[in-house]
Amino acid sequence: MLATLGMQSEEDLIAYLPPAVRFNSRLSMEDGKSEFEIVDYFKERAERNANGYASFLGAGVYNHYRPVLVDAIVSRGEFLTSYTPYQAEISQGILAAIFEFQTMVCQLTGMEVANASMYDGSSAVPEAAMMAVRVTHRDRILIARAVHPEYREVLGTYTHRQHIPVEELAYEKNGRLDLDDLKAKLDDHTAAVIVQSPNFFGLIEQIDELSHIVHGKGALLVVVFTEAVALGLIEPPRHADIVVGELQSFAISPSYGGPFAGIIATHEKFIRQIPGRLAGETTDASGHRAFCLTLATREQHIRREKATSNICTNQALLALMATVFMSLYGKQGMRELAEQNLAKAHYLADKLPLAFDAPFFNEFVARTNGKSPEQINAALLDRKIIGGLPLARFYPELENCVLLCATEMSRRQDMDTLAQAFAKQ
Amino acid sequence: MSYPETYKFTREHEWVHPHGAEAKIGITDHAQHELGDIVFVNLPKVGNSVKRAETFGSVESVKAVSDVYSPVTGEVTGVNDLLAQKPETLNEDPHGEGWLIKVTLTSPEELQALMSSAEYEEYIKAE
Repeated sequence: MLATLGMQSEEDLIAYLPPAVRFNSRLSMEDGKSEFEIVDYFKERAERNANGYASFLGAGVYNHYRPVLVDAIVSRGEFLTSYTPYQAEISQGILAAIFEFQTMVCQLTGMEVANASMYDGSSAVPEAAMMAVRVTHRDRILIARAVHPEYREVLGTYTHRQHIPVEELAYEKNGRLDLDDLKAKLDDHTAAVIVQSPNFFGLIEQIDELSHIVHGKGALLVVVFTEAVALGLIEPPRHADIVVGELQSFAISPSYGGPFAGIIATHEKFIRQIPGRLAGETTDASGHRAFCLTLATREQHIRREKATSNICTNQALLALMATVFMSLYGKQGMRELAEQNLAKAHYLADKLPLAFDAPFFNEFVARTNGKSPEQINAALLDRKIIGGLPLARFYPELENCVLLCATEMSRRQDMDTLAQAFAKQ
Repeated sequence: MSYPETYKFTREHEWVHPHGAEAKIGITDHAQHELGDIVFVNLPKVGNSVKRAETFGSVESVKAVSDVYSPVTGEVTGVNDLLAQKPETLNEDPHGEGWLIKVTLTSPEELQALMSSAEYEEYIKAE
Protein backbone atom coordinates (compact mmCIF):
# COMPACT_ATOMS: atom_id res chain seq x y z
CA MET A 1 0.00 0.00 0.00
CA LEU A 2 2.85 2.38 0.88
CA ALA A 3 4.51 1.56 -2.43
CA THR A 4 1.29 2.41 -4.29
CA LEU A 5 1.25 5.77 -2.56
CA GLY A 6 4.87 6.36 -3.41
CA MET A 7 5.93 6.35 0.26
CA GLN A 8 8.65 4.52 2.17
CA SER A 9 7.30 4.19 5.69
CA GLU A 10 4.27 4.81 7.92
CA GLU A 11 6.01 7.96 9.14
CA ASP A 12 5.60 9.38 5.63
CA LEU A 13 1.80 9.15 5.97
CA ILE A 14 1.84 11.83 8.69
CA ALA A 15 4.80 13.83 7.38
CA TYR A 16 2.50 16.82 6.75
CA LEU A 17 1.72 17.25 10.48
CA PRO A 18 3.66 20.20 11.96
CA PRO A 19 6.16 19.13 14.67
CA ALA A 20 4.44 21.42 17.20
CA VAL A 21 1.27 19.32 17.26
CA ARG A 22 2.99 15.96 17.53
CA PHE A 23 3.10 14.00 20.77
CA ASN A 24 6.79 13.11 21.19
CA SER A 25 7.06 11.78 24.72
CA ARG A 26 5.89 8.56 26.32
CA LEU A 27 2.48 7.97 27.90
CA SER A 28 2.50 8.69 31.61
CA MET A 29 1.99 5.08 32.55
CA GLU A 30 4.58 2.64 33.88
CA ASP A 31 5.81 0.02 31.47
CA GLY A 32 5.04 -3.60 31.97
CA LYS A 33 1.44 -3.31 33.18
CA SER A 34 -1.00 -6.02 32.17
CA GLU A 35 -4.35 -5.22 30.55
CA PHE A 36 -6.36 -5.68 33.76
CA GLU A 37 -3.90 -3.50 35.69
CA ILE A 38 -4.36 -0.73 33.15
CA VAL A 39 -8.16 -1.07 33.25
CA ASP A 40 -7.96 -0.93 37.08
CA TYR A 41 -5.82 2.18 36.90
CA PHE A 42 -8.45 4.02 34.85
CA LYS A 43 -11.32 2.68 36.97
CA GLU A 44 -9.63 4.18 40.04
CA ARG A 45 -9.33 7.55 38.39
CA ALA A 46 -12.95 7.39 37.19
CA GLU A 47 -13.98 7.08 40.86
CA ARG A 48 -12.90 10.69 41.24
CA ASN A 49 -15.80 11.76 38.99
CA ALA A 50 -18.87 13.12 40.72
CA ASN A 51 -20.81 9.90 40.34
CA GLY A 52 -24.04 9.85 42.23
CA TYR A 53 -23.94 13.55 43.06
CA ALA A 54 -27.22 15.44 43.00
CA SER A 55 -27.23 18.13 40.30
CA PHE A 56 -29.15 21.38 40.09
CA LEU A 57 -27.55 22.43 36.83
CA GLY A 58 -29.71 23.14 33.80
CA ALA A 59 -28.74 25.90 31.40
CA GLY A 60 -29.31 23.87 28.25
CA VAL A 61 -28.35 20.37 29.46
CA TYR A 62 -30.75 18.61 31.82
CA ASN A 63 -30.69 15.78 34.30
CA HIS A 64 -33.60 13.53 33.39
CA TYR A 65 -34.20 9.82 33.75
CA ARG A 66 -33.23 7.56 30.85
CA PRO A 67 -35.61 4.59 30.68
CA VAL A 68 -33.73 1.30 30.37
CA LEU A 69 -35.69 0.35 27.25
CA VAL A 70 -34.09 3.19 25.27
CA ASP A 71 -30.64 1.58 25.16
CA ALA A 72 -32.15 -1.85 24.66
CA ILE A 73 -33.75 -0.65 21.43
CA VAL A 74 -31.08 1.66 20.03
CA SER A 75 -28.31 -0.88 20.60
CA ARG A 76 -29.96 -3.33 18.20
CA GLY A 77 -27.64 -3.86 15.23
CA GLU A 78 -30.31 -2.81 12.75
CA PHE A 79 -30.22 0.66 14.29
CA LEU A 80 -26.77 0.92 15.85
CA THR A 81 -24.73 0.22 12.74
CA SER A 82 -27.14 1.02 9.95
CA TYR A 83 -25.90 3.45 7.35
CA THR A 84 -27.66 6.53 6.01
CA PRO A 85 -30.91 5.39 4.38
CA TYR A 86 -30.11 6.54 0.84
CA GLN A 87 -31.12 3.13 -0.44
CA ALA A 88 -34.75 2.93 0.60
CA GLU A 89 -35.09 -0.74 -0.37
CA ILE A 90 -32.87 -1.86 2.51
CA SER A 91 -33.64 0.92 4.98
CA GLN A 92 -37.35 0.74 5.72
CA GLY A 93 -36.75 0.20 9.45
CA ILE A 94 -34.67 3.28 10.10
CA LEU A 95 -36.76 5.36 7.68
CA ALA A 96 -39.97 4.39 9.47
CA ALA A 97 -38.33 5.39 12.77
CA ILE A 98 -37.26 8.76 11.34
CA PHE A 99 -40.77 9.32 9.97
CA GLU A 100 -42.23 8.62 13.41
CA PHE A 101 -39.68 11.00 14.92
CA GLN A 102 -40.65 13.78 12.53
CA THR A 103 -44.32 13.18 13.25
CA MET A 104 -43.85 13.31 17.01
CA VAL A 105 -41.81 16.51 16.76
CA CYS A 106 -44.68 18.11 14.85
CA GLN A 107 -47.17 16.98 17.48
CA LEU A 108 -45.00 18.37 20.27
CA THR A 109 -44.29 21.71 18.62
CA GLY A 110 -47.59 22.37 16.85
CA MET A 111 -45.81 22.62 13.49
CA GLU A 112 -46.67 20.90 10.19
CA VAL A 113 -43.31 19.58 9.08
CA ALA A 114 -40.09 18.64 10.89
CA ASN A 115 -36.83 17.31 9.54
CA ALA A 116 -34.92 14.20 10.58
CA SER A 117 -32.96 16.14 13.24
CA MET A 118 -30.16 18.68 13.47
CA TYR A 119 -26.80 18.35 15.22
CA ASP A 120 -28.11 20.07 18.33
CA GLY A 121 -30.26 22.94 19.53
CA SER A 122 -27.50 25.52 19.17
CA SER A 123 -26.78 24.93 15.46
CA ALA A 124 -30.49 24.73 14.67
CA VAL A 125 -30.81 28.42 15.59
CA PRO A 126 -28.63 29.81 12.77
CA GLU A 127 -30.26 27.35 10.38
CA ALA A 128 -33.63 28.87 11.25
CA ALA A 129 -32.16 32.35 10.84
CA MET A 130 -30.79 31.49 7.39
CA MET A 131 -34.13 30.00 6.47
CA ALA A 132 -35.89 33.21 7.45
CA VAL A 133 -33.41 35.24 5.37
CA ARG A 134 -34.16 33.08 2.32
CA VAL A 135 -37.92 33.17 2.83
CA THR A 136 -38.28 36.91 3.50
CA HIS A 137 -35.43 38.12 1.24
CA ARG A 138 -34.43 40.35 4.16
CA ASP A 139 -31.12 40.37 5.92
CA ARG A 140 -31.34 41.36 9.56
CA ILE A 141 -31.82 39.20 12.66
CA LEU A 142 -33.07 40.14 16.11
CA ILE A 143 -32.38 37.75 18.99
CA ALA A 144 -33.41 38.01 22.63
CA ARG A 145 -30.60 38.27 25.19
CA ALA A 146 -32.50 35.74 27.21
CA VAL A 147 -31.74 33.13 24.56
CA HIS A 148 -29.00 30.72 25.73
CA PRO A 149 -25.67 32.66 25.51
CA GLU A 150 -23.87 29.87 23.69
CA TYR A 151 -26.71 29.54 21.18
CA ARG A 152 -26.30 33.27 20.46
CA GLU A 153 -22.59 32.70 19.97
CA VAL A 154 -23.20 29.92 17.47
CA LEU A 155 -25.60 32.18 15.57
CA GLY A 156 -22.81 34.75 15.40
CA THR A 157 -20.45 32.21 13.87
CA TYR A 158 -22.81 31.73 10.92
CA THR A 159 -24.05 35.29 10.48
CA HIS A 160 -20.59 36.87 10.73
CA ARG A 161 -19.44 35.17 7.55
CA GLN A 162 -22.77 35.75 5.80
CA HIS A 163 -22.60 39.48 6.63
CA ILE A 164 -25.99 39.38 8.32
CA PRO A 165 -26.31 41.94 11.16
CA VAL A 166 -27.62 40.53 14.45
CA GLU A 167 -29.02 42.77 17.16
CA GLU A 168 -29.90 41.69 20.68
CA LEU A 169 -33.17 42.43 22.45
CA ALA A 170 -33.14 43.33 26.12
CA TYR A 171 -35.12 41.59 28.85
CA GLU A 172 -37.41 43.43 31.23
CA LYS A 173 -37.17 43.67 34.97
CA ASN A 174 -39.24 40.50 35.22
CA GLY A 175 -36.76 38.60 33.05
CA ARG A 176 -38.97 38.27 30.00
CA LEU A 177 -38.46 39.84 26.58
CA ASP A 178 -38.73 43.62 26.59
CA LEU A 179 -41.55 44.18 24.11
CA ASP A 180 -40.80 47.90 23.82
CA ASP A 181 -37.22 47.10 22.83
CA LEU A 182 -38.59 44.66 20.26
CA LYS A 183 -40.93 47.28 18.80
CA ALA A 184 -38.11 49.81 18.67
CA LYS A 185 -35.67 47.55 16.83
CA LEU A 186 -38.08 45.66 14.54
CA ASP A 187 -38.34 47.07 11.03
CA ASP A 188 -38.96 46.15 7.39
CA HIS A 189 -35.46 44.71 7.08
CA THR A 190 -35.88 42.20 9.88
CA ALA A 191 -35.94 38.64 8.57
CA ALA A 192 -36.48 36.95 11.92
CA VAL A 193 -36.97 37.53 15.61
CA ILE A 194 -35.52 34.71 17.70
CA VAL A 195 -36.92 34.06 21.15
CA GLN A 196 -36.43 31.19 23.61
CA SER A 197 -39.24 29.82 25.75
CA PRO A 198 -38.80 28.83 28.49
CA ASN A 199 -35.94 31.31 28.23
CA PHE A 200 -32.42 30.95 29.65
CA PHE A 201 -33.71 32.22 33.00
CA GLY A 202 -36.40 29.51 32.95
CA LEU A 203 -39.21 31.99 32.34
CA ILE A 204 -42.07 31.43 29.93
CA GLU A 205 -42.25 34.09 27.22
CA GLN A 206 -45.52 35.52 25.90
CA ILE A 207 -45.27 33.97 22.45
CA ASP A 208 -48.78 34.87 21.28
CA GLU A 209 -48.39 38.55 22.08
CA LEU A 210 -44.98 38.97 20.52
CA SER A 211 -45.95 36.99 17.44
CA HIS A 212 -48.46 39.73 16.56
CA ILE A 213 -45.73 42.37 16.84
CA VAL A 214 -43.27 40.36 14.77
CA HIS A 215 -45.74 39.41 12.03
CA GLY A 216 -47.00 42.97 11.87
CA LYS A 217 -43.69 43.91 10.26
CA GLY A 218 -43.54 40.88 7.99
CA ALA A 219 -40.73 39.18 9.89
CA LEU A 220 -40.69 35.52 10.88
CA LEU A 221 -40.89 34.38 14.49
CA VAL A 222 -38.38 31.71 15.49
CA VAL A 223 -39.03 30.04 18.86
CA VAL A 224 -36.23 28.07 20.52
CA PHE A 225 -36.44 25.60 23.40
CA THR A 226 -33.59 24.02 25.32
CA GLU A 227 -35.74 22.00 27.74
CA ALA A 228 -37.92 19.68 25.65
CA VAL A 229 -39.77 18.39 28.73
CA ALA A 230 -41.43 21.79 28.98
CA LEU A 231 -43.46 20.97 25.88
CA GLY A 232 -45.31 18.35 27.89
CA LEU A 233 -47.10 21.12 29.72
CA ILE A 234 -46.61 24.46 28.01
CA GLU A 235 -48.76 25.51 25.07
CA PRO A 236 -46.84 24.62 21.86
CA PRO A 237 -45.65 27.73 20.01
CA ARG A 238 -48.25 27.52 17.24
CA HIS A 239 -47.75 31.16 16.25
CA ALA A 240 -44.10 30.59 15.47
CA ASP A 241 -43.00 30.30 11.86
CA ILE A 242 -40.05 28.08 12.76
CA VAL A 243 -39.45 26.10 15.94
CA VAL A 244 -35.97 24.88 16.82
CA GLY A 245 -34.67 23.19 19.92
CA GLU A 246 -32.67 20.61 21.78
CA LEU A 247 -33.84 17.06 22.56
CA GLN A 248 -31.12 16.14 25.04
CA SER A 249 -33.79 15.89 27.76
CA PHE A 250 -35.34 12.93 25.94
CA ALA A 251 -33.03 10.07 26.98
CA ILE A 252 -29.86 11.59 25.54
CA SER A 253 -27.13 11.40 28.16
CA PRO A 254 -25.45 14.73 29.07
CA SER A 255 -22.15 12.98 28.19
CA TYR A 256 -19.75 15.82 28.89
CA GLY A 257 -21.57 18.11 26.46
CA GLY A 258 -22.67 15.95 23.55
CA PRO A 259 -23.47 14.51 21.09
CA PHE A 260 -27.05 15.77 21.25
CA ALA A 261 -29.88 16.08 18.73
CA GLY A 262 -31.63 19.23 17.64
CA ILE A 263 -34.89 19.76 15.82
CA ILE A 264 -36.22 22.18 13.27
CA ALA A 265 -39.93 22.33 12.50
CA THR A 266 -42.03 24.71 10.45
CA HIS A 267 -45.16 25.20 8.34
CA GLU A 268 -45.83 23.27 5.16
CA LYS A 269 -45.47 26.42 3.05
CA PHE A 270 -41.77 26.66 4.00
CA ILE A 271 -41.01 23.00 3.37
CA ARG A 272 -38.65 23.68 0.45
CA GLN A 273 -36.56 26.01 2.60
CA ILE A 274 -36.03 23.62 5.50
CA PRO A 275 -32.45 22.34 5.81
CA GLY A 276 -31.30 18.78 6.42
CA ARG A 277 -32.79 15.41 5.84
CA LEU A 278 -36.47 14.65 5.31
CA ALA A 279 -38.08 11.23 5.45
CA GLY A 280 -41.28 10.93 3.48
CA GLU A 281 -44.13 8.46 3.23
CA THR A 282 -44.91 6.94 -0.15
CA THR A 283 -45.95 3.66 -1.80
CA ASP A 284 -43.65 1.10 -3.37
CA ALA A 285 -44.03 -0.56 -6.78
CA SER A 286 -46.56 -3.03 -5.30
CA GLY A 287 -48.63 -0.26 -3.78
CA HIS A 288 -47.55 -0.93 -0.19
CA ARG A 289 -46.81 1.87 2.25
CA ALA A 290 -43.09 2.66 2.24
CA PHE A 291 -40.66 5.38 3.31
CA CYS A 292 -37.81 7.19 1.59
CA LEU A 293 -35.66 10.30 1.87
CA THR A 294 -37.38 13.08 -0.01
CA LEU A 295 -37.12 16.64 -1.34
CA ALA A 296 -33.43 16.04 -1.84
CA THR A 297 -33.36 18.96 -4.25
CA ARG A 298 -32.95 21.24 -1.22
CA GLU A 299 -29.67 19.66 -0.35
CA GLN A 300 -26.14 20.37 -1.40
CA HIS A 301 -25.45 17.14 -3.28
CA ILE A 302 -27.94 18.44 -5.83
CA ARG A 303 -28.07 22.19 -5.40
CA ARG A 304 -24.44 22.75 -4.43
CA GLU A 305 -23.87 26.34 -3.31
CA LYS A 306 -27.58 27.12 -3.64
CA ALA A 307 -28.57 24.42 -1.16
CA THR A 308 -30.62 25.37 1.89
CA SER A 309 -27.69 24.41 4.11
CA ASN A 310 -24.41 22.52 4.23
CA ILE A 311 -25.85 19.99 6.69
CA CYS A 312 -26.31 16.70 4.88
CA THR A 313 -26.86 14.38 7.79
CA ASN A 314 -28.93 13.90 10.92
CA GLN A 315 -28.32 12.62 14.44
CA ALA A 316 -30.06 9.34 13.65
CA LEU A 317 -29.13 7.31 16.72
CA LEU A 318 -29.78 10.11 19.19
CA ALA A 319 -33.01 11.10 17.49
CA LEU A 320 -33.98 7.45 17.83
CA MET A 321 -33.35 7.63 21.59
CA ALA A 322 -35.66 10.61 21.73
CA THR A 323 -38.25 8.75 19.63
CA VAL A 324 -38.20 5.75 21.97
CA PHE A 325 -38.46 8.11 24.93
CA MET A 326 -41.47 9.91 23.46
CA SER A 327 -43.16 6.60 22.59
CA LEU A 328 -42.57 5.22 26.08
CA TYR A 329 -43.90 8.23 27.92
CA GLY A 330 -46.67 9.01 25.46
CA LYS A 331 -48.86 12.06 25.70
CA GLN A 332 -49.98 11.25 29.25
CA GLY A 333 -46.53 10.40 30.50
CA MET A 334 -44.98 13.53 29.01
CA ARG A 335 -47.54 15.62 30.82
CA GLU A 336 -46.95 13.83 34.13
CA LEU A 337 -43.19 14.18 33.72
CA ALA A 338 -43.57 17.90 33.07
CA GLU A 339 -45.88 18.29 36.07
CA GLN A 340 -43.33 16.62 38.34
CA ASN A 341 -40.62 18.94 37.06
CA LEU A 342 -42.82 21.97 37.64
CA ALA A 343 -43.72 20.83 41.16
CA LYS A 344 -40.15 20.11 42.22
CA ALA A 345 -38.77 23.36 40.86
CA HIS A 346 -41.50 25.38 42.57
CA TYR A 347 -40.96 23.53 45.86
CA LEU A 348 -37.32 24.60 45.74
CA ALA A 349 -37.99 28.11 44.44
CA ASP A 350 -40.40 28.81 47.29
CA LYS A 351 -37.48 28.52 49.71
CA LEU A 352 -35.22 30.94 47.85
CA PRO A 353 -35.10 34.66 47.00
CA LEU A 354 -35.92 34.92 43.29
CA ALA A 355 -34.44 37.42 40.84
CA PHE A 356 -37.40 37.50 38.47
CA ASP A 357 -41.13 37.60 39.00
CA ALA A 358 -42.69 35.71 36.09
CA PRO A 359 -44.01 32.16 35.46
CA PHE A 360 -41.28 29.55 35.11
CA PHE A 361 -41.06 25.83 34.34
CA ASN A 362 -38.22 23.84 35.95
CA GLU A 363 -35.51 26.51 36.02
CA PHE A 364 -35.31 29.81 37.84
CA VAL A 365 -32.79 32.43 38.95
CA ALA A 366 -32.10 32.80 42.67
CA ARG A 367 -30.21 35.61 44.40
CA THR A 368 -27.42 34.71 46.80
CA ASN A 369 -27.84 37.71 49.14
CA GLY A 370 -24.36 38.28 50.55
CA LYS A 371 -22.46 35.09 49.81
CA SER A 372 -20.94 34.56 46.40
CA PRO A 373 -22.39 31.83 44.19
CA GLU A 374 -18.96 30.18 44.10
CA GLN A 375 -18.84 29.97 47.91
CA ILE A 376 -22.29 28.41 48.07
CA ASN A 377 -21.45 25.92 45.33
CA ALA A 378 -18.20 24.94 47.08
CA ALA A 379 -20.09 24.23 50.30
CA LEU A 380 -22.67 22.20 48.38
CA LEU A 381 -20.01 20.17 46.62
CA ASP A 382 -18.79 18.98 50.03
CA ARG A 383 -22.31 17.62 50.53
CA LYS A 384 -22.16 15.88 47.11
CA ILE A 385 -24.47 18.40 45.52
CA ILE A 386 -23.68 20.24 42.29
CA GLY A 387 -25.20 23.70 42.61
CA GLY A 388 -26.55 26.01 39.93
CA LEU A 389 -24.85 28.14 37.28
CA PRO A 390 -23.50 31.51 38.49
CA LEU A 391 -24.78 33.94 35.85
CA ALA A 392 -22.21 36.76 36.08
CA ARG A 393 -20.05 35.05 33.49
CA PHE A 394 -22.75 35.44 30.82
CA TYR A 395 -24.74 38.37 32.26
CA PRO A 396 -22.40 40.74 34.14
CA GLU A 397 -25.41 42.69 35.40
CA LEU A 398 -26.63 39.54 37.21
CA GLU A 399 -23.88 39.21 39.76
CA ASN A 400 -24.73 37.06 42.77
CA CYS A 401 -27.44 35.31 40.78
CA VAL A 402 -27.56 31.57 40.17
CA LEU A 403 -29.57 29.64 37.58
CA LEU A 404 -31.04 26.57 39.28
CA CYS A 405 -32.88 23.61 37.79
CA ALA A 406 -34.94 20.94 39.55
CA THR A 407 -36.24 17.92 37.67
CA GLU A 408 -38.07 14.69 38.45
CA MET A 409 -34.63 13.41 39.55
CA SER A 410 -34.25 16.00 42.33
CA ARG A 411 -34.70 14.62 45.83
CA ARG A 412 -36.40 16.60 48.58
CA GLN A 413 -33.48 16.22 51.02
CA ASP A 414 -31.04 17.65 48.47
CA MET A 415 -33.35 20.55 47.68
CA ASP A 416 -33.64 21.26 51.44
CA THR A 417 -29.85 21.14 51.80
CA LEU A 418 -29.43 23.53 48.88
CA ALA A 419 -31.99 25.94 50.31
CA GLN A 420 -30.14 25.92 53.63
CA ALA A 421 -26.84 26.70 51.91
CA PHE A 422 -28.45 29.81 50.42
CA ALA A 423 -30.00 30.84 53.74
CA LYS A 424 -26.84 30.61 55.87
CA GLN A 425 -25.20 34.00 56.05
CA MET B 1 -43.23 18.21 -30.83
CA SER B 2 -42.35 20.93 -33.27
CA TYR B 3 -40.50 24.11 -32.47
CA PRO B 4 -42.61 27.17 -33.44
CA GLU B 5 -41.07 29.34 -36.14
CA THR B 6 -42.04 32.53 -34.39
CA TYR B 7 -39.91 31.56 -31.36
CA LYS B 8 -36.18 32.11 -30.81
CA PHE B 9 -34.00 29.65 -28.90
CA THR B 10 -30.93 29.59 -26.66
CA ARG B 11 -28.16 27.01 -26.29
CA GLU B 12 -29.43 26.45 -22.71
CA HIS B 13 -32.78 25.30 -24.09
CA GLU B 14 -34.94 28.31 -23.33
CA TRP B 15 -37.31 29.84 -25.87
CA VAL B 16 -38.49 33.41 -26.21
CA HIS B 17 -41.63 34.45 -28.10
CA PRO B 18 -41.59 38.17 -28.83
CA HIS B 19 -44.67 40.18 -29.70
CA GLY B 20 -44.10 43.89 -29.94
CA ALA B 21 -42.26 45.32 -26.97
CA GLU B 22 -42.98 42.26 -24.81
CA ALA B 23 -41.96 38.61 -24.88
CA LYS B 24 -42.88 35.30 -23.23
CA ILE B 25 -40.08 33.02 -22.02
CA GLY B 26 -40.11 29.29 -21.36
CA ILE B 27 -38.09 26.10 -21.64
CA THR B 28 -38.12 23.84 -24.70
CA ASP B 29 -39.67 20.44 -25.19
CA HIS B 30 -36.15 19.01 -25.33
CA ALA B 31 -35.39 20.49 -21.89
CA GLN B 32 -38.54 19.18 -20.20
CA HIS B 33 -37.89 15.77 -21.66
CA GLU B 34 -34.34 15.70 -20.28
CA LEU B 35 -35.48 16.85 -16.85
CA GLY B 36 -38.23 14.29 -16.41
CA ASP B 37 -41.31 14.84 -14.26
CA ILE B 38 -41.20 18.40 -13.04
CA VAL B 39 -42.33 18.89 -9.46
CA PHE B 40 -41.52 22.50 -8.67
CA VAL B 41 -40.80 25.74 -10.50
CA ASN B 42 -39.02 28.67 -8.85
CA LEU B 43 -39.88 31.96 -10.57
CA PRO B 44 -39.14 35.67 -9.94
CA LYS B 45 -41.74 38.24 -8.93
CA VAL B 46 -43.41 40.79 -11.18
CA GLY B 47 -41.21 43.87 -11.18
CA ASN B 48 -37.92 41.97 -10.91
CA SER B 49 -35.46 42.53 -13.71
CA VAL B 50 -33.86 39.82 -15.81
CA LYS B 51 -30.61 39.99 -17.72
CA ARG B 52 -29.56 38.17 -20.84
CA ALA B 53 -27.63 34.95 -20.02
CA GLU B 54 -28.26 35.29 -16.28
CA THR B 55 -30.44 32.95 -14.21
CA PHE B 56 -33.91 34.10 -13.24
CA GLY B 57 -35.24 30.92 -11.68
CA SER B 58 -35.04 27.17 -11.58
CA VAL B 59 -36.97 24.08 -12.56
CA GLU B 60 -36.93 21.04 -10.29
CA SER B 61 -37.55 17.42 -11.08
CA VAL B 62 -37.32 14.65 -8.49
CA LYS B 63 -33.57 14.22 -8.82
CA ALA B 64 -32.26 17.38 -10.39
CA VAL B 65 -32.52 21.15 -10.38
CA SER B 66 -31.91 23.17 -13.50
CA ASP B 67 -31.24 26.89 -13.53
CA VAL B 68 -33.16 28.80 -16.18
CA TYR B 69 -31.29 31.54 -18.03
CA SER B 70 -32.94 34.56 -19.56
CA PRO B 71 -32.53 34.89 -23.33
CA VAL B 72 -33.11 38.65 -23.11
CA THR B 73 -32.81 41.67 -20.83
CA GLY B 74 -35.96 43.21 -19.44
CA GLU B 75 -38.47 43.59 -16.61
CA VAL B 76 -40.87 40.87 -15.46
CA THR B 77 -44.47 41.84 -16.20
CA GLY B 78 -46.10 38.45 -15.70
CA VAL B 79 -45.45 35.14 -13.98
CA ASN B 80 -47.25 31.89 -14.82
CA ASP B 81 -49.06 31.14 -11.54
CA LEU B 82 -50.54 27.94 -12.97
CA LEU B 83 -47.15 26.27 -12.51
CA ALA B 84 -47.33 26.62 -8.74
CA GLN B 85 -50.41 24.39 -8.67
CA LYS B 86 -49.66 22.23 -11.70
CA PRO B 87 -45.90 22.05 -12.42
CA GLU B 88 -46.57 19.10 -14.74
CA THR B 89 -47.93 21.64 -17.26
CA LEU B 90 -44.30 22.30 -18.10
CA ASN B 91 -43.94 18.69 -19.27
CA GLU B 92 -47.32 18.61 -21.08
CA ASP B 93 -47.18 21.92 -22.95
CA PRO B 94 -43.72 23.51 -22.63
CA HIS B 95 -44.17 25.88 -25.57
CA GLY B 96 -47.70 26.98 -24.69
CA GLU B 97 -49.46 26.74 -21.30
CA GLY B 98 -46.11 26.02 -19.64
CA TRP B 99 -44.63 29.46 -20.29
CA LEU B 100 -42.61 30.80 -17.33
CA ILE B 101 -42.52 34.59 -17.41
CA LYS B 102 -43.51 37.59 -19.50
CA VAL B 103 -41.02 40.44 -19.85
CA THR B 104 -40.65 43.83 -21.46
CA LEU B 105 -37.78 43.89 -23.95
CA THR B 106 -35.16 46.44 -22.97
CA SER B 107 -32.84 45.57 -25.87
CA PRO B 108 -34.78 43.88 -28.71
CA GLU B 109 -31.59 43.55 -30.77
CA GLU B 110 -30.57 40.69 -28.42
CA LEU B 111 -33.06 38.49 -30.31
CA GLN B 112 -30.83 38.49 -33.37
CA ALA B 113 -28.11 36.54 -31.54
CA LEU B 114 -30.53 33.69 -30.77
CA MET B 115 -31.26 30.57 -32.83
CA SER B 116 -34.22 30.11 -35.12
CA SER B 117 -36.41 27.02 -34.73
CA ALA B 118 -34.58 25.30 -37.61
CA GLU B 119 -31.18 26.10 -36.11
CA TYR B 120 -32.32 24.85 -32.69
CA GLU B 121 -33.58 21.56 -34.12
CA GLU B 122 -30.17 21.06 -35.76
CA TYR B 123 -28.48 21.96 -32.49
CA ILE B 124 -30.34 19.38 -30.40
CA LYS B 125 -29.84 16.69 -33.04
CA ALA B 126 -26.13 17.19 -32.63
CA GLU B 127 -26.23 17.03 -28.82
